[in-house]
Amino acid sequence: MAGTDQDSTPDQPDPLLSGPAECGKHHHDADSAELRVIGKAWRKIDARSRATGQTKYADDLSLPRMLHMKLLRSTVAHANIKSIDTSKAEAMDGVIAVSTGAELPHTFGILPVSQDEHALCPDKVRFIGDPVAAVAAVDEETAWEACRKIEVEYEKLDPVTSVFEAANSPENRIHDYGRGGNLHRQENLEFGDLKAGFDEADHVREDMFFFEGNTHLPMEEHATLAFSDPDGKLCVMSSTQTPHYLHKALAKVLQDHLPAHKIRVIACPNGGGFGGKSDPFNHEIAAAWLSMKTGRPVKVCLTREEVFYTHRGRHPVLMKSKMAVSKTGRIKSLDFESHLDGGSYGSYGTASTFYTGALQCVTYPVENYHFRGARWFTNKAPCGPKRGHGTPQPRFALECQLDKVAVDLGINPATLRKNNLTEAFSLTANWMRIGSMGLGECIDKVVEGSGFMEKWGNLPEGKGIGLACSSYLSGAGLPIYWNAMPHSGVQLKLDRSGLVTVFCGSTDIGQGSNSILAYIVAEVFGLEPQDLRVVTSDTDLTPVDLGSYSSRVTVMTGNAALQAAERARDAMVGPIAKKLEIPKNQVTFAGGRVFDSANPETGMSFADAVAIAEAKLGTIGTTGSYRPPRAAARYKGGGVGPSPSYSYTAVVVEVDVDPETGIYTVDKLWCAHDVGRALNPALVIGQVEGGLYMGLGEAMMEEMAYRGNRFGVHKIPSMLEYKQPTSMDMPEIVTYLVEDPDPNGPFGAKEAGQGPLNPVMPGVANAVYDAVGVRVDEVPVTPEKVFDAMQKKAKGKDGRYGPTKLPNIEWPDSRKVRTPWQGGTGYDIEREEQMKKEKEAAAASSNQEGNA
Amino acid sequence: MLRLPEFTLHRPKSVRDAVAIMSEHGALARFVAGGTDLYPNMKRRVQQPMQVISLQNVSELHEVSGSPETGLDVGAMVTLRHLETDPVVAEHYPGVQHAAEVISTPLLRNMGTIGGNLLLDTRCNYYDQSFEWREGVNFCMKCDGDTCWVAPSSPRCWAVQSSDSVPLLAAMGVEVTLVGPEGERRIPLPQLYQDDGIDYTTKKHEELLTKVHLPAVGNWRATYKKLRRRDTFDFPVLGVGACLWFDGDLCEKAEIYIGGAGSWAMRAQEACELLEGKPLKDGEPATRELLEAAGLTAFKPTRTMDNTDHEVAWRKKMAPIFVRRALEECLRGEVATTR
Repeated sequence: MAGTDQDSTPDQPDPLLSGPAECGKHHHDADSAELRVIGKAWRKIDARSRATGQTKYADDLSLPRMLHMKLLRSTVAHANIKSIDTSKAEAMDGVIAVSTGAELPHTFGILPVSQDEHALCPDKVRFIGDPVAAVAAVDEETAWEACRKIEVEYEKLDPVTSVFEAANSPENRIHDYGRGGNLHRQENLEFGDLKAGFDEADHVREDMFFFEGNTHLPMEEHATLAFSDPDGKLCVMSSTQTPHYLHKALAKVLQDHLPAHKIRVIACPNGGGFGGKSDPFNHEIAAAWLSMKTGRPVKVCLTREEVFYTHRGRHPVLMKSKMAVSKTGRIKSLDFESHLDGGSYGSYGTASTFYTGALQCVTYPVENYHFRGARWFTNKAPCGPKRGHGTPQPRFALECQLDKVAVDLGINPATLRKNNLTEAFSLTANWMRIGSMGLGECIDKVVEGSGFMEKWGNLPEGKGIGLACSSYLSGAGLPIYWNAMPHSGVQLKLDRSGLVTVFCGSTDIGQGSNSILAYIVAEVFGLEPQDLRVVTSDTDLTPVDLGSYSSRVTVMTGNAALQAAERARDAMVGPIAKKLEIPKNQVTFAGGRVFDSANPETGMSFADAVAIAEAKLGTIGTTGSYRPPRAAARYKGGGVGPSPSYSYTAVVVEVDVDPETGIYTVDKLWCAHDVGRALNPALVIGQVEGGLYMGLGEAMMEEMAYRGNRFGVHKIPSMLEYKQPTSMDMPEIVTYLVEDPDPNGPFGAKEAGQGPLNPVMPGVANAVYDAVGVRVDEVPVTPEKVFDAMQKKAKGKDGRYGPTKLPNIEWPDSRKVRTPWQGGTGYDIEREEQMKKEKEAAAASSNQEGNA
Repeated sequence: MLRLPEFTLHRPKSVRDAVAIMSEHGALARFVAGGTDLYPNMKRRVQQPMQVISLQNVSELHEVSGSPETGLDVGAMVTLRHLETDPVVAEHYPGVQHAAEVISTPLLRNMGTIGGNLLLDTRCNYYDQSFEWREGVNFCMKCDGDTCWVAPSSPRCWAVQSSDSVPLLAAMGVEVTLVGPEGERRIPLPQLYQDDGIDYTTKKHEELLTKVHLPAVGNWRATYKKLRRRDTFDFPVLGVGACLWFDGDLCEKAEIYIGGAGSWAMRAQEACELLEGKPLKDGEPATRELLEAAGLTAFKPTRTMDNTDHEVAWRKKMAPIFVRRALEECLRGEVATTR
């Protein structure tokens, strides 16, 4: 046990796990009993460094002759730039360089279909906060003062601040691309026979929902340090979740100055990301450019207000859902429409739009499904991916609606869900391929733990209990840009000292992805995680991993690491077997030794084993890579939603509502999460509880609010007035881990980072209904809304608070896809028919050839 | 938010020296007690004193003297944390203890003082913003601009009284001592304020608030009820201070002040008159009706506007409920039994 810390060894139970956490049946099966590292609460490999303040975040970095950059941001929401005069700023003492958009004409954006951003706006600003100029100066104060001296002449345009305004003013365009007017995307997909489902149904209901936008609020504000190597290569160190995509964006915008291979991106340890650091950003590119222009290192650290403007958070989404069910609650048809308020740029918005429709069928079978989604441009900070990316909004709608259906049908909401679960290893109506499926067990856990069956409908007035479920993907099935290469790569170097170094492009944003690499490789070699070295997120040194987004990292880097480690181990087995004069299948790696399993004293240290193998084979280095399995969904639009596996979550929420004011508290939360297998249960519980915390903030109070009647300013860009729960506001949480190993995951693991957030919002709304009998069909569920609905109810009206209309627009014809049970192929019908014709034509021509 | 701008820090050791420095520098100088209000405002560039006079080293301002029997004299630099945790305050002035403990967070209460809280700058969603943000609305009347954005046709500023201690201490009949170059004066707390978002205090710029005089314990009971988003952090969007004087079951005198609903804490004159001279018995329907009526009346003078957290319409509807609940607590002698 040399070199390890007593409190991190598996023999010592982690205090984190002695609480309410509970592991499922698979935890103690024969397979896992043999595992030494996997499934145990090992310390994170960077825990000490993070906890003792020694981790270097981007803003901790400093270099000789370093300059500080500030961005001048637009103070108007929508305008053409008539002129920019930087002369007074440039004349200031201490100002070294000033840049404007004309210097960086190439656009960028995270998705190939929406390359609509400039590092600095050259001719138009689209929201308050859009950067117009950048100043590099000897200190921050001088840079800020210089920004005040830059004169920008704007030709103001009317700001568009809601989806309704966007729909009603197509002539006042924010972008000149998209689906016309201010419509960015519009999708219409139909699976199966909607009408038949509605005709056969015993009960149909239609509801509208609204989910307000909210933001990530990472503790660390975005920061970037850019500098050039002595030989002219650019290096950008940044708080980014996606160094590879930042590398691509830098290469594109700086294409007139540098080839891609002369750009190095290093992702610094992130102080929280949650999706807010997964786009390439204007401040990163501007800092890089100013460092090239000045020949000096340039650093920028955003203020909290600027982080609100950088945003890319949760889309506000208006939804209408029409659900047809059988007597038992089986969903015969679901007709779902969503309108996303995208803000001023594309960002991940195309994917977000599809995500508001992609996972509806993954929890409960939907026999026939129709999805229409529209994303609108507005003059607000750009929306993008936040923990749950596009799925919490429809999940809120679906789970609240199911709760209403349960009441309509007189079925307990838990029973209704339990009786209607998707089957493991099945296909959904929209061709999502389900792997392992532990939702039933999740429901059992939270229902039993909370006493839901006894409490629901039976608590005194003001007290309520609610249940909701969800699922989430373990990594997107497709990369951001089309390519046939691996999504994740790992290189291993085995040194004769006994050191194993793991190289991987993944980025640790606090979730523990660096540790996951160490755990998996340590497991294969019989080492302890702390003994390995992990080198990550450096585009010069590490093979590409697409980034820390879409809950992909554990599954994808884990599989790649497992492959690389097994390759190295397998290569070593031959020379070792020969040396020990034993059959290869008796060579065992465990406890820092390599030995004969039949005769454990016969063996050597791991370092000696590497030396023997190196002498025989040369330098020991292996690679591993991972690409998700090919998706079953082949129709256009089916690229968003497929995943190697899906996690499942169930929550029960208990609330206490003051019937006089609408003020409520969440008193207790139970959550069960099907993670496939917990590679480290302490880290998984950390992710689950973090997700629940974030979900409670969204459920109860968080709002990215703007004042449309005041020029479109953000109402409250500060951590005091943008409300989120503090640690002191957190209720008691009971977490259960359900482990139903998935064949696509390393050791059966699925995701844990995003899924557990999703059911919290509907869980709260459903609990409020149980407490006081009113429906708040909006997130956040504020006391104002509860109060309003209670007043309506008291007056004999519908006890509901929620939206009553959607933008009225024309939809293009739907793309029709046959479901698996209709004998579909995964392609849309039009394509199927085209393929059939092609096949017939080919057959006919080959016949003709045969005849000739 | 930016970093602090440059300024000169003075650290006098006596009230006299502090007032002398202030007199010397005039409008460009500010006193600073705990700094939890002034420094963020400086970082937002809504206040930019060139001279900052710290009161940290003025030892007399940190003292508490007197007794609950004769009245407690609390120095202006006594921290909110002290009032929250002091056993004498907790036993004899539970309302004060409660009003202190609901201010902001433990960290800020460690720095924040009672004097600072009494003189807290008025707050507004259009004012408590960075320089760049305020540029986006072309600034507001309270700082650098001409328009009151919460009421654009208004000739006055509607920034909101946001101190938790003011409504309670005003209701309790607390007096304060101010020391200026011309000497000292002692005034009832309500006279320290006026109904304007910009000139919210009657204190002369050179004057220093030195002492807060809590009344002797007697036949009165006081409490404070606060409405805010998070019970762990936020400024009040409604704060009710109530104090009732009893002769047996008879309400001899009532004082109700409502904060967070206008630019100063408003005395609910009519509601007080409604209660005075009436018998009040907890649990009796007539009393309940009377307290409800008092709540509805008390709400009348409030001027709730859309410049704080929470929706205006709801905040207005909460005022009668919170007033009634405050009165119920006074009646029962139980502080903070309800939200």
